[in-house]
This record gives sequence, structure tokens and C-alpha cells, in this order.
Amino acid sequence: MTTITESYVREAKRAARIDWSPYLVGAGIGLLSWIAFAVFGDPLGVTTAYSRVASLFAVPAIGPEAVAQNSYWKSMPLKWDYGVWFLVGIPAGAFLSAVMSGTWRLELVPDVWKERFGPSIAKRFVGAFLGGIVIMYGARLAGGCTSGHGISGGLQLAVSSWLFLAVMFGTGLGISALMFRKR
Amino acid sequence: MTAMMTILGPLLMGGAFGFLLQRGKVTNCNVIENQFRLRDFTVLKVMGTAIVVGGIGVLLLVDTGNTKYYVKDANMLAVALGAALFGVGMVVYGYCPGTALGAIATGSVHALVGALGMVAGAILYALSFDWLKAHVLNVWALGKVRLPDVTNIPDIAWFAVLAVGAALFFWWVEASEAKQKRG
Repeated sequence: MTTITESYVREAKRAARIDWSPYLVGAGIGLLSWIAFAVFGDPLGVTTAYSRVASLFAVPAIGPEAVAQNSYWKSMPLKWDYGVWFLVGIPAGAFLSAVMSGTWRLELVPDVWKERFGPSIAKRFVGAFLGGIVIMYGARLAGGCTSGHGISGGLQLAVSSWLFLAVMFGTGLGISALMFRKR
Repeated sequence: MTAMMTILGPLLMGGAFGFLLQRGKVTNCNVIENQFRLRDFTVLKVMGTAIVVGGIGVLLLVDTGNTKYYVKDANMLAVALGAALFGVGMVVYGYCPGTALGAIATGSVHALVGALGMVAGAILYALSFDWLKAHVLNVWALGKVRLPDVTNIPDIAWFAVLAVGAALFFWWVEASEAKQKRG
């Protein structure tokens, strides 16, 4: 009896340590936005800096000449600015959190994907790679992502960002219904 | 700002952001997929709270002259097309660009593969930029407009509606989740 109670208490503590309330997390991100605006004058965002760093990878792919001549990268050259250091911080913070909560684990094929498309690692990798291409192309075309448009733009009541949120969720729901339809 | 601050500041901001994303479970691909399947509302809870809490704070900061708005261009066609691609990519990949960076650090190898896809997407965007600039980015370009500008409804009314709407929606979600747990 005592051991059951003890293990229950331990589990409850563990769960509280792992899963913070999504409202608490959302409020934390909101608070982080205040600091980003007031202290740094640079709203939370990911993909602009990602594009800058991608130019490094483009050098072996299309040659240094083509990168230097490219009009997009001329307007967005590689520099180690606020956004790029912010980008470095994200995995560091997530790693710390995962280790502290004991949730770090290798994942090759996520459960939801496995249920629908089977355990093939190659299939998942191809899906992730293609999905990655589409999401970044879309983010650059729209001028931001879930952070830059969704949170930072949404909280500024930007017309562009609310259009982004509506279309992004609408399309996502549609594609998800197609992808996970019952056969 | 000192050199230390220009690196350490964004690193800490990104670290806190990544930590919160991981604790909020949104670096978990299954949680994101299940949001689009309407089986798990964590993503909307986090984003909705972040927008309301962040928005009211930033509004106060702007009103007191402590920051300004950083609104993105409302190139309506580009944002709509980009957001649609983003929605597709997010469901196929299972992450958005920010949560993907967090997921890589928590052991999701397929997130890393998708991140390479994101690099490819950024390169493809840079290569097609001149054409897009001439044909897509300038279509229905409204500039840096905010919802209060185009509707003549003041900021505070927008946030009142958003906060009440979000509260009612979350209350309904919590009630149905509790019911599901019991049943």
C-alpha cells in the first residue's frame, strides 16, 4: 500500500515537472514578447535568420558566385545578428528542458506518422524533407512563420499576420483531413 | 548595448523560448499533428494565450512610448499563398520552423532531416525571388497595416474580443476534454 502511494506521489510530481500548463507556457511566451519588443526592439521570429544561415549551405550547392549575385541574399546577407543568436538559443533551451524533465529520447518515426504510414524510416525522412522544403518556401513567401507572423504579428493585430493565421490553419486542417482520412 | 549583450541577450531569449516550447509539448510532432486532427488543442492554447498576453503588454508598451510596432507588409497574395504552403508543410513535416529546431535538440532525428529540407526551401526561395518580386509580392500590397487601421475599431476593443473569445473557446475545450476523460 505504501509503495503504491509512494509511486503515485512520485508520478504526480514527475508529470507536473514534465507538462507545464499550455496557458502558463503561452503566458510565458507573451511575457518574452514584451522583453523582445521593449528591450531588444526585435520581435520573436525564426525564419528570417534561418534564411540568412541557409546562404552558407547554398555556397556548395549553387556556388559562391551565384550566392553573392543573388538579389534576395543581397537584401538578407549572412550576419551574426540578434536573430541568428536567437536561433542558436532555441535548441539549447529545448535541450536543457528535455534533459531536466527526463523526456529526451531518440525519435526516428513519430507515433502519429507510424500509425498512418507504417514504421518505414526512409518514408518518414522523405516526408519530413519534402515537408521542410514546402514549409520554408511558404514561410519566406508569406514573410514569416508561426513565430514571426503567428505570435509576434498576431499580437500586433497585423492584417498580414491574421491572414497568415487563418489561411495556415485552414489549409493545415484540410491537408490533415486528407492525409489521415480513414481508408 | 555592449557586445556581450548583443550575443548573450538573444541567446537567453532564444533559450527561454526553446525551453518554453519544450515544456509546452509543442516540440513534439505528435502534439502538432493532433492539433490539425482536432484531437489535441495544446498548440492553440499556447498560441492563443501568447497572443492575448503578449498583445496587451505590447499595446501598453507602445502607448507609453517604450517600443514601436514591427508590422510585416500585407502583400495579400504572397501571404495567402505562402500561408497555404506553410499549412501543407507543417502537417507533412509535423513541425513549424521554430519548434523543429527545438525538436532536433530533444532527439528527433526526422526533425533534423526536415531542417535540411527547410534549407533547400530557403535556397529555392532565394533563386525564385526576382520572379516573385515582379509577379507575386506586389499583388494586393496594402503596406504595413493593422486591423485597427482598416476597421476603425480601437486596439483595446480588439483585445477585449480576442480575450473573451479565447477564454470561451478554451473553457469549452477544457470542458469537452474533461468529459472525454470521464467517459
